[in-house]
Amino acid sequence: MEKVRVGKKILDENDRYALENILLLSRKNKLCLNMISSPGSGKTTILARTISELAGKIKIGVIEGDIQTDLDAERIRATKAPAIQINTNGACHLSAVQISDALSKLPIEDLDLIFIENVGNLVCPTDFNLGENAKVVVLSVAEGDDKPAKYPAIFAKSKVLLINKVDLLTSGASIDFDLDKVKADARRLNKTIEIFPISAKTGEGMTDWCNWLIDAATRV
Amino acid sequence: MHEMMVAESLLKTISAEASRRNARPIGATISCGTLNAVNDETLRFAFDAIAKGTPCEDMRLQIEHKPTQGKCRKCDRDFEIEFSQPKCTDCGSEDFALLPDAPLMLEEIELETD
Repeated sequence: MEKVRVGKKILDENDRYALENILLLSRKNKLCLNMISSPGSGKTTILARTISELAGKIKIGVIEGDIQTDLDAERIRATKAPAIQINTNGACHLSAVQISDALSKLPIEDLDLIFIENVGNLVCPTDFNLGENAKVVVLSVAEGDDKPAKYPAIFAKSKVLLINKVDLLTSGASIDFDLDKVKADARRLNKTIEIFPISAKTGEGMTDWCNWLIDAATRV
Repeated sequence: MHEMMVAESLLKTISAEASRRNARPIGATISCGTLNAVNDETLRFAFDAIAKGTPCEDMRLQIEHKPTQGKCRKCDRDFEIEFSQPKCTDCGSEDFALLPDAPLMLEEIELETD
């Protein structure tokens, strides 16, 4: 029997496509954000509201990832923004080769910012670089305030944390969610993470988030 | 179940290395950082499923998890992060930078030649 040292990255092929995507986007000065959360945190609602609030300021395109259906892309197209739907047919995350294909179908030249809405899953998408500039993690208050402690990887690797559905905290709904605890837990893992408490439904907090996006898109 | 993609990539690399050396793979060691969401049982299950009928069938997979390191901003030491209580193991400071997690790597293959 012989032992052979290999020392090769296993997700090499994904990383190669991710690098191509980064190069393509950076040559054209486009900002690309990879949005990751559990199912039902409100990613698509946040995107639709963000697109409406930024209409006339920055142009946004969206790549939607879901296991089935093009319901999300339809919701984005209703805002007049271009959207490409990827169906993963069971896979729990998007991979860089799928993004490479979707980018070729988006009118990139006309856009300032490309959002990737990953498959709803707080775990697996974290491991796959897609060629984004940064990851944005979304946590809704209904999911509970223990998520940064339970799922540290995505909070450690994200540049922005959106805490959505904060309108529920003052609605009289019976929700135990300590906003300060989540902020402290997230910052313990990631000192520089930007945190925006928002409600995509009422619009609360959306201005700060949108201003951050304008700033980030002009600095690319 | 993203372990399936990891398993596919693994199978491809091991098969190529083995056939280049005209040998049969019997075991492999892979490593990854603790922030990589790789579950050992799921990865073995996925690998066994796709390796059926290939030269990689019945291979042993050894999976090593490398602890994630932090660099303390107060005492400047590197330390292993315990995620249930993330703080410097030397001075107890919670002010630290997370160092890059170890990537998923195929470290070693055990080969058998006839």
